[in-house]
Amino acid sequence: MNPITIQTHNLTRDFKQLRAVDGLTIEVTQSAIFGLLGPNGAGKTTTIRLLLGLLEPTAGHAKVLGFDCHTQASGIRDRTGVLFEHSGLYERLSAEENLDFFGRIWHLSAGERRSRMKDLLYHFDLWDRRKEIVRTLSRGMRRKLAIARVLFHRPNLIFLDEPTSGLDPIASAALREDLRNLTESEGATVFLTTHNLAEAEQICTQVAVIRKGKLLAKGDPKDLANEGIALKVVIIGSNFGDNIPTLLGMNDEVVSVKVNENQLIVELNKNIEIAPLVNLIVNEGAQVEEVHKNRTSLEEAFLKLMAEENDYRHMDNN
Amino acid sequence: MTIDTWTIIRKEWKEFIVQRGSLRGNTLSLIIIIGILGILPPLKAGSGWIVSPGVLILAVWGPFLLVSSVVPDSFAGERERHTLETLLATRLSDRAILFGKIFAAIGYGWGLTLIILLIGLVTVNLSSDSNSLLLYPVTISIAILMLSLLGAWLAAGVGVLISLRVPTVRHAHQVLTAVGMLLLLIPIIIALTLPKDLLGQFAKFNANKMAIIVIAVLIGLNIVLSIAATIRFKRPQLMLD
Repeated sequence: MNPITIQTHNLTRDFKQLRAVDGLTIEVTQSAIFGLLGPNGAGKTTTIRLLLGLLEPTAGHAKVLGFDCHTQASGIRDRTGVLFEHSGLYERLSAEENLDFFGRIWHLSAGERRSRMKDLLYHFDLWDRRKEIVRTLSRGMRRKLAIARVLFHRPNLIFLDEPTSGLDPIASAALREDLRNLTESEGATVFLTTHNLAEAEQICTQVAVIRKGKLLAKGDPKDLANEGIALKVVIIGSNFGDNIPTLLGMNDEVVSVKVNENQLIVELNKNIEIAPLVNLIVNEGAQVEEVHKNRTSLEEAFLKLMAEENDYRHMDNN
Repeated sequence: MTIDTWTIIRKEWKEFIVQRGSLRGNTLSLIIIIGILGILPPLKAGSGWIVSPGVLILAVWGPFLLVSSVVPDSFAGERERHTLETLLATRLSDRAILFGKIFAAIGYGWGLTLIILLIGLVTVNLSSDSNSLLLYPVTISIAILMLSLLGAWLAAGVGVLISLRVPTVRHAHQVLTAVGMLLLLIPIIIALTLPKDLLGQFAKFNANKMAIIVIAVLIGLNIVLSIAATIRFKRPQLMLD
């Protein structure tokens, strides 16, 4: 088990009457790509600000890289790179001047700044545009430059707020690959927020879902996708006799069975091995041609969590 | 902290130079300002320029106006363009960021004012019939150095506090201009409204002592403003703004 990079306990932040983060307790291990998922206004950005010590918590506490967020925040900021929703670039300066400025902030030597700038600008296909004023670059290019800025000083922990927003699919895929490499080769930890659940499912090793500042679920994205969601298995074939639904229904994990011409649709309450079920059907004389197991996506799980939370709040109000 | 402050100063100066568009356009407008203030008044005053009150007025108001034109952009502008949050998320301390910005503005206003006054001296020497080199008297030179520095510092201090409280650069410019006008008008109004015998009493004061009193008052005021800015420029407070 990797050491813990981020640990929060009952982290809470109020803005007057509004509770932006509500008793958040999470752990992020080193070299993980952690995704904080939630709708707009869920408290994702506030959480990042709290973890960086830019805001003081109303209650609870958090430790990042072994430093207390409230009392040792400078130690955290010394070792992190951050990309907020806006690129944070100086639009009147050139791409090169921007990277040079941030390199100086982290006391990189002139040689280090030069070589790092060359590596990153080549990598992000911006080398030929390095002398251009940032304002004249396209949105996607600015986003890439902002990511280069974040990686420039080789931070141990990277916070990315909606990192692929504004990037084309190719650049998004490249960024995902970069983040994977960064965690594997350099042991860096990535903490990202995103609305893009398909992306989170592809890249994140751990996720947490929050809404109105409250943690709804956390864990491995695949487990989360399967948790509490009916799993559908479609078996295509023939000779699905009347006794097959009855026999299948005797299994505790089977929620429902429907026969639809040459299809047998079985709904399961969790992700179990389906080979024994197929064997049972075949033994009862059915001819099986194809078996499709429809895994639920993280998006479906996310929407279900949101719906459950809505119902819960509704009941609570009544 | 010195290296960090210097990093901010460098970045600020680069931004000041390209503040309103292209480097060429900004350089041209700076040359025009330096030309107008550094050439026209000395040409009009002739050799008397080196001892004229205009020199001291320029020494205080020049930096105040120059600093007022850049400070709102440096503070309210960073917030408006969403770069402040990124800057606050770096390893830099609050003080390194604040003093870097203040020193950059002071250096800009003070440096340009001294260049303007130097050009004035060159203009006077070129336009004068005198065979000897005309220089500002020592006392006036010291007063120029002190007053221009304190004028720049005053504008930076007032500018920071205003820029941190208003939402936009434009708003900060408006308030700072109004404050500047008030600072200019108040002494004039006092001079016009005071009884003549009281004014006569002031006139009897030793000029050097008066200058020392003015400098002491400005230093005191600037220290108070700088402390207020240091108290105000804190990350949690800035994030709530």
